[in-house]
Amino acid sequence: MRERTRSSVALVGTVILIFFLLIILGGGQSPLKKISFMPQWFPQAEFAGYYVALDKGIYKKYGIDLTIMPGGAERSSVDYVASKKADFGGTWLSTAIQKRAQGLKIVNIAQVIQRSALMFIVKKSSGIETPQDMNGKKVGLWRGDFQLQPQAFFKKYNLKVKVIPQPFSTDYIDLFLMDALDVATAMWYNEYHLIINSGLNPDELNTFFFHDYGLNFPENGIYVLEETYRKDPELCCAFVRATMEGWEYCFEHHEEALDIVIKYMKELYIPASRVHQRWMLERMIDIIQPLDRSVPLGTLLPEDYERVAQTLKESRLIKEVPSYEEFYKKCQR
Amino acid sequence: MKRRGIAFKLILFIMTGITLIFSLIFGYNYLYSRRILLKNVEDNARNLALATTNRIETILRSMEVATTNLSTFLQQSAYDDKQRLLGLIRSFVECNPEIYGSTIAFEPYAYDQNSLYFSPYFYKSEGETKFTYIGGEGYHYFYWTWYQLPKELNRPVWNEPYYDEGAGNIIMSTFSVPLYKIFSGEKEFLGVLTADISLEWLQEIVSSIKIFESGYGFLISRNGTVVTHPFKDLIMHETIFSVAEAREDAHLREIGREMIRGESGFVPFTSIVTEHKCWMAYCPVPSTGWSLAVIYPQDELMADVVNMNRTIFLLFLVGLFLLLGVIVFNARSITKPLRMLARATRVISTGNLDAEFPQIKSKDEVGNLSESFVYMQNSLKRYIQDLTETTAAKERIESELKIAREIQMSIIPKIFPPFPDRPEFDIFACIEPAKEVGGDLYDFFFIDDDHICFMIGDVSGKGVPASLFMAVTKTLFKANTGEGIRPDEILVRLNNELSRDNDSCMFVTIFCGILNTKTGEVLYSSAGHNPPLFLCRDKEAEYLGTPGGIAVGALEGLSFKTERLVLHPGECLFMYTDGVTEAANLRDELFSEKKLRDDLSPLRDRPIKDIVSSLMEKIEDFSQGAPQADDITVMILKYFGGA
Repeated sequence: MRERTRSSVALVGTVILIFFLLIILGGGQSPLKKISFMPQWFPQAEFAGYYVALDKGIYKKYGIDLTIMPGGAERSSVDYVASKKADFGGTWLSTAIQKRAQGLKIVNIAQVIQRSALMFIVKKSSGIETPQDMNGKKVGLWRGDFQLQPQAFFKKYNLKVKVIPQPFSTDYIDLFLMDALDVATAMWYNEYHLIINSGLNPDELNTFFFHDYGLNFPENGIYVLEETYRKDPELCCAFVRATMEGWEYCFEHHEEALDIVIKYMKELYIPASRVHQRWMLERMIDIIQPLDRSVPLGTLLPEDYERVAQTLKESRLIKEVPSYEEFYKKCQR
Repeated sequence: MKRRGIAFKLILFIMTGITLIFSLIFGYNYLYSRRILLKNVEDNARNLALATTNRIETILRSMEVATTNLSTFLQQSAYDDKQRLLGLIRSFVECNPEIYGSTIAFEPYAYDQNSLYFSPYFYKSEGETKFTYIGGEGYHYFYWTWYQLPKELNRPVWNEPYYDEGAGNIIMSTFSVPLYKIFSGEKEFLGVLTADISLEWLQEIVSSIKIFESGYGFLISRNGTVVTHPFKDLIMHETIFSVAEAREDAHLREIGREMIRGESGFVPFTSIVTEHKCWMAYCPVPSTGWSLAVIYPQDELMADVVNMNRTIFLLFLVGLFLLLGVIVFNARSITKPLRMLARATRVISTGNLDAEFPQIKSKDEVGNLSESFVYMQNSLKRYIQDLTETTAAKERIESELKIAREIQMSIIPKIFPPFPDRPEFDIFACIEPAKEVGGDLYDFFFIDDDHICFMIGDVSGKGVPASLFMAVTKTLFKANTGEGIRPDEILVRLNNELSRDNDSCMFVTIFCGILNTKTGEVLYSSAGHNPPLFLCRDKEAEYLGTPGGIAVGALEGLSFKTERLVLHPGECLFMYTDGVTEAANLRDELFSEKKLRDDLSPLRDRPIKDIVSSLMEKIEDFSQGAPQADDITVMILKYFGGA
């Protein structure tokens, strides 16, 4: 009887234990891994893929509980990654190569943008038609990585210009509009359209795309500390795949993607113009899709890597070119 | 084609005409009143925009003056006294209610050689004036536009408006004045004095613009950014150009470009709020380069004109119906009696002259027509009555004439052969009377056993007088014959008797002769009569030479001659009146004496009755149905030889 009682107790205990185990396992089968990502800037269509993947539950599908930390002018995403305040960071290829060359062990796990959207804009009324015409002019440059291509450009065309530090706030276009600048640096998907929507017509402007001048530096990529990658490459690649799925969703659903992006913008009280965000999304799609459609989204092509790294070396911004294999960890099949 | 009545035509023409005229007047009135209204609206709108921008400008200028005064003061005094500097900024913020915050931002190391940033900032918060230093790793102020613009442009400048979260999400604009250190005549850029100015008052001013129900005002910055607008979502989020892009409205973009160029204008516009057609007046705020627009809703503006036009149109419709009634009434007053007249006339035309004509009292043309119809009816009645009487009289006369004719014919011998017991000769005569009573005559009678007298004559003129004269002639002729009296003597006597008291001046031609039945000798005389034809065997017919003479009855005391002829057995004498030779056909050709002779020649051996009937047939053939104008009389005498 006692034995029986004991065995009954054991049975009941086992059942309860199994029950709880089931609850725990059933509730969070393989529990979501919490990670954080910091893009270079505040929410906008430039990062639509991330926000859409987050909003549509794509990250969850890949077992990721993602937090997106807004970037900004005064917060460097690479620094956040370096200091492990963020797990993943978005930054430009040129920046990342420099950081790697300087000894920061970060790796590229996806090269989101395939073609440089950086450009110079001048008013036709300034009379600047060719790169040579920029000699002696006031050129607005953003600080930091944004200067790499312009400086290489100046070097290539042997230009002496007066550099005006260009604020990161979009109201800097006011400097250009008010003729405090002759040449403005701009992103095709952003400032160019802001200028158009400040009343200048495209035919009143001359544009100089860096990719047209042998300076195609693909921009946004996803970076992670090498040690983080080594620890859990599966997680890193899951993040990349989810993000690319987010972008693919954007390609098909422009307006829904805009709704999602604008929702996140409004949460942060960021002025959101739908037509501007639409322009930005459409341009992003243009520069994210590889020209060679057989190349998967997010691939860093060796020739792009070489071009950027060699230009940096020639500009003496780096001493040695880090090896492509060390730098790039391919997640996309 | 369907016959339309007068009323229908009147209505059609008058209504069409009136509608056409009204349409022209209506259209002109609409366009003209619209133009006047539009002109007034334009003036009004431009004035409103100008007045509002003046208010805005006044406030902005006062801010500018206050700020530039401070900068001038600062440049003339030393900055070194930090406490004094801070005190100035503090009092600047505290003394100007619109100024939310102010700073003097210095160039790197310009204030303190050990400090990259120096920018003391006073600002209002929760009713207090607070103080902080701005600038640092998180805020490189000298890269910001508010700092760069005055530095690069070397002049005070209004910055684009922005949302200030710290101040409770109000729209502000920063007025930045460059500061310089005058260093032995050289200007050296030192930093920027700023005044952050709340634009809440601006929004109040613009949102207080209410035009009719849905009119409004909005203000855009010099880059086209919407600063105030009834749609809060647009404010600071959109530019007029992004709105234009969203609406795919190239016209709006063009307006926006004109606005930011500092132009004034008055243009058609589609309201962003109501999507209705509007007019928009805009004019610049010169100090900032902003532009203010006021929107006048077209439908509300035009409501009065539209209402007026609607009323005019309704009045026109009512008028048109009244006119229609008047025309119908009037047309009826014309057509009703006309229809009645028509009906009555139709009844009259069937012969009922006593039909009642409608009583028409009107004194117009229809009344006249009606009177004329009554007059016509009466005249017709009278005329028909007269006609009936005249016809009756005429019929009586005709019947009398007919009787006269019969009597006339009855006095002429008509039984042939007249003397069947006398084989020596035969005589046959025939008179084919014309329609009217004519004056032809013939006669023959024995004077004694051996002498027969024969005559043929033609009285001038026609009708009853001629027939009477003929009767007289025949009677008197016979009375003047007797044994031994020669034909010329008969004619002399007859002439004298007829001429006497012959007031009517009638006369008669006569051929007469006396045949001796034993010998065949013929004594004959003519009083202006056609010569007879002599028919003998084996010879063509020939005209008898006659003694001529004048017709009897016209002139008293005439003398005549008697000629002599001997008829051999089988020979004939053919006599006739001018009715034969002057018988005409439809071409007015005469039968002629030649044709008579030619026609008679072949008939000479035939019995005399056949000769006459054949000749009559020939004359009838010749005349081809032309009406007979005169009596046709022939007489033929044939001698067979004495017993």
